[in-house]
Amino acid sequence: MEMGAKEKNQQLYKPYSSGIIAKEPPSSWQQEIQDLRGSASCLRSEPEFEMADIFYFCRRGVESIMDDEVTKCFSAQELESWNLLTRSNYNFRHISLRLTVLWGLGVLIRYGVLLPLRSEQHTGRICNRGSKIYHIWLTLKLKFFLSEKVHLMCYRICVRALTAIITYHNRENKPKNGGICVANHTTPIDVIILANDGCYSMVGQVHGGLMGMIQRAMVRSSPHIWFERSEVKDRHLVAKRLGDHVADKTKQPILIFPEGTCINNTSVMMFKKGSFEIGCTVYPVAIKYDPRFGDAFWNSSKFGMVNYLLRMMSSWAIVCSVWYLPPMNREEGEDAVQFANRVKAAIAAQGGLVDLIWDGGLKRAKVKDAFKEEQQKLYSKVLVGEQDQGDQSDNKLVEDENPKEDKSHQDSTEVQ
Amino acid sequence: MGSSNSSVNNIPNAQELMQETGFSAAHILRLHERFEFLDKHKCGQLRPQDFGAVQELALNPIGDSIISAFFSPGQETVDFASFVRILAHFRPTDRNQSRDGAQQEPANSSIRKLKFAFQMYDQDRDGKISRAELLQVLRAMLGIQVTEEQLQSIAERAIQEADLDRDDAISFDEFRKSLEKVDIDHKMSIRFLR
Repeated sequence: MEMGAKEKNQQLYKPYSSGIIAKEPPSSWQQEIQDLRGSASCLRSEPEFEMADIFYFCRRGVESIMDDEVTKCFSAQELESWNLLTRSNYNFRHISLRLTVLWGLGVLIRYGVLLPLRSEQHTGRICNRGSKIYHIWLTLKLKFFLSEKVHLMCYRICVRALTAIITYHNRENKPKNGGICVANHTTPIDVIILANDGCYSMVGQVHGGLMGMIQRAMVRSSPHIWFERSEVKDRHLVAKRLGDHVADKTKQPILIFPEGTCINNTSVMMFKKGSFEIGCTVYPVAIKYDPRFGDAFWNSSKFGMVNYLLRMMSSWAIVCSVWYLPPMNREEGEDAVQFANRVKAAIAAQGGLVDLIWDGGLKRAKVKDAFKEEQQKLYSKVLVGEQDQGDQSDNKLVEDENPKEDKSHQDSTEVQ
Repeated sequence: MGSSNSSVNNIPNAQELMQETGFSAAHILRLHERFEFLDKHKCGQLRPQDFGAVQELALNPIGDSIISAFFSPGQETVDFASFVRILAHFRPTDRNQSRDGAQQEPANSSIRKLKFAFQMYDQDRDGKISRAELLQVLRAMLGIQVTEEQLQSIAERAIQEADLDRDDAISFDEFRKSLEKVDIDHKMSIRFLR
């Protein structure tokens, strides 16, 4: 199965976008408005407005009411053909008795065999290793060397417990000390997937209770960065701590998910610029899950953690590919946002994901007025023509604004 | 298994809607899902805020006008049937449609599409686009990117070109005449995938 999954990688990781409506390929605004007017020349000295221009806005507006990209990102990806998991069952109609029987068999296997095996492995091995780990920790001298071994071992246990089949590509680009590793975020399991292949320092909020205990335990073996709730708001403090960590070359690379929230693995959303301001080497990593074996996306508004883990352990498997991309540095004259976008584009291109400009935080918040202004700016440039100096950046904006979508004109969700 | 969560039969008046709007059962189903998705409070009706939650719409310059097109004057909520009826305007025109004079204008005819666009300009629905309304729409589309004078001159020119009876406002007929050469069907149609 592993070999099969590996060979099929190329096919699998094409950009996947489905929708209920066919959207025109995002042409530049000039193109659209020209088509409306049917005129060849776009050089005008006077702003010229046509009543028909409104059609473009009307259509785009109604299109977004019918189907929009952002909300799609926060629900699980729809599959072309069913993978026999009820949870991936959107819009599939009853087809045949045979399929129902197959599904029933699948349920039996997943819940009756796979799930118990995995949980037993998980708890059994952890208890076993637990005692050994305790002894190892006592030996301070070998602490860091052994902690690495222990760290890897623990994560390998977790990986086995979930039956994750991971293919690592380009391991020569693996993140090194003194850098920051950034990856697209789909699920908390991303951490396990990456940590299975190397040691990273995690960044996060200090929790109480069990999580807090685990966090303190982790810190004893390797340096992680845990923030107090109050410190999280203070950007300078955060930046300073991160900066100090990367400056120390003996410390492991930091693992950060700049999107800030879980996305459903069909696209990459806006990267928050915080980690890109620090000024060290960034190691981008692209993670892509194979949706046929189980949907890895954690929809935190729908499922809690325990429910989610249960679903993970009762899927067929978690098959994913991890690509280590060549390290990137901020270039001269590039600000943090541009750098972040560059890294995001690289990750999206590698993983076959759609590169979006939207902020993942929008799942909870409202669109910033800045975006609206961008739209207005674009339209006014069209009216005024090629006169303005900022034209180079305009074209760039147009490309940035219009997300690149791979058009799949087949019906991807309905099985008639 | 493989059974769906909802079928067209669960949707009230589905057959009527299909008849009226020309949407197929599959389309109605998809739109119903979308309606339920937008209806965060699960009350069977949509409010302006529900539309506002769609980010791409929020940054559309005429987003607010589009939203208000769904709500009849005085109404604060819109149900699924009205939702679909408005969206029906954007169905691609059926080329081979033949209808007798007695039948009602289909929802997706060029005239209805034009009426929708006209409504974007004519906010108070008095049947005329006044200078003030035009300025308002232009301001929304251009924001702070053009000066007041430029805006005035754009509006002036637009009215001069379209206003044939010189009443300083653009009526629906004048609007239609000025857009004779535009391929409305193509520009105001949204094609469904299957």
